[in-house]
Amino acid sequence: MRFLVMVKATQEWDGELPTAEMGAFNETLVRDGILLAAEGLQPSSKGARISFANARAAVTDGPFAETKELIAGFWIVQARSKEEVVERFSHCPFERGESLEIRQIFEAEDFSGSDEMVANRLARMREHNRAETSNSKP
Amino acid sequence: MTRPEQVRAIEAVWGIESPRLVAALTRVVRDVGLAEEFAQDAFVAALSQWASDGIPRNPGAWLMSVAKRRAIDYFRRAETAETKYRLLGHELQTEEPEESIFAALDDDYIADDLLRLMFVACHPVLPVEARVALTLRLLGGLSTTEIARAFLSSEPAIAQRIVRAKRSLAAARVPFEVPDAAQRTQRLASVLEVVYLIFNEGYSASSGDDVLRPELMQEALRLGRVLAELAPGESEVHGLVALMELQSSRARARIGRSGEPVLLLDQDRARWDQMLIRRGFAALGRAERLGQSLGPYALQAAIAACHARARTAKETDWARIAALYDALAQVHPTPVVRLNRAVAVGMAFGPGSGLELVDALLAEPSLKAYHLLPSVRGDLLEKLRRFGEARAEFERAAAMAHNARDRELLLARAARCARA
Repeated sequence: MRFLVMVKATQEWDGELPTAEMGAFNETLVRDGILLAAEGLQPSSKGARISFANARAAVTDGPFAETKELIAGFWIVQARSKEEVVERFSHCPFERGESLEIRQIFEAEDFSGSDEMVANRLARMREHNRAETSNSKP
Repeated sequence: MTRPEQVRAIEAVWGIESPRLVAALTRVVRDVGLAEEFAQDAFVAALSQWASDGIPRNPGAWLMSVAKRRAIDYFRRAETAETKYRLLGHELQTEEPEESIFAALDDDYIADDLLRLMFVACHPVLPVEARVALTLRLLGGLSTTEIARAFLSSEPAIAQRIVRAKRSLAAARVPFEVPDAAQRTQRLASVLEVVYLIFNEGYSASSGDDVLRPELMQEALRLGRVLAELAPGESEVHGLVALMELQSSRARARIGRSGEPVLLLDQDRARWDQMLIRRGFAALGRAERLGQSLGPYALQAAIAACHARARTAKETDWARIAALYDALAQVHPTPVVRLNRAVAVGMAFGPGSGLELVDALLAEPSLKAYHLLPSVRGDLLEKLRRFGEARAEFERAAAMAHNARDRELLLARAARCARA
């Protein structure tokens, strides 16, 4: 099973390199063969937010000053259980009030029988999203 | 926290820490069975102490120090010097040998220990099923219950298999080492074979019903990735990782709505997992950059990569696949590889060229009962509009097919040829 682990920070990271401790932490995830992806996010000033109301999209450019918790980065890991992820990420070297949110990712096998169509649609949606963003890749 | 949650959390720690613990202990006590016992003792101690005190900051070090103490007690109690010598081998030199030896149990060595443990668990003195069970137990940190469930086998059967394997290793005095250059290629091949067997057990579910067992696929992938970190200079290790990442990227597209298998060219490519495909490409790149000529796993991965790169089945680069099968047939010249090569050549250069290669395989004894031979031949003949011969081949293939679903499909194609 796969999990998304999101870092929520109270202050934004601004191009700081990950600390040596964070490097070592990520290294243990690689060493144990469970890290699928890990990315840090640029400040929200470079981002935008789209909210939907009454079927209309309203775009707000960053920074998202009113938000107390900003998503600052994420991991995708493959683990045997939620407990494994909790145990591993309890050792994550944060110390500035960050928090981590662990969420399990839906897999095709989570849908069965008549729900197959849902799985198909999810996969298509995902593929569509990817097609939009992968034009620059070889 | 309630009690079952606590146990699950401690079990999770065990899953994470036990391979390294057992590996480091084996280096010192020279016996995987004994090493695992000390590690288990530490786990039992953890279950009772952590339940009241909580999980310590560095659980790996905690477990290691308890296991160490158990091992030292054991040696102190060992009755004769001869036993001590047998257990500790040549390292028994100082007055207080245990303390000094265990002092060396630190992180720097553990990566090497894990690699040694992989070679030991996959040692050729063991039957293949024993290698698989021992690898999952020692390097996967899976319990006997979990292994039994994954292989649809009974727990006592798996437990016995593991006990026997440990005994065979001790009896054969298998050294705890990475094999030297002369043996390395052959021994590494055994490790890779075991990992790939575990993967395929999950991917094709050889026993039982048709469902994929994703946990075995994922465990094999994890083991492969760990191995790639431990032996980064081995092109075939990256080749195997690439092959597994690319194959598992298609796992969810392989099963149709009513549970029927869907062939590669008929799969809905939107359901392929792009993250795994990218990881597969990256691992294949590492295999290629090592500059050795590609081995069987990397070549199969390169073939899988050709499929992954094609946005539609029509865009498949069959000429390149045919060339890769050429290379694969040279390093791994099995009849099945040659048959696959014939298929690729047929797709790339026309059914006539493919048929020539298939016909050369007709006398092959190992393919006599292989339904894909007449099935491939029927397909090529049908494309050449030689419908009478094609029909006969499909009917022959149907008679050889192992499951009802394949048989139905083949008979339907035979009927179509009869109408043409």
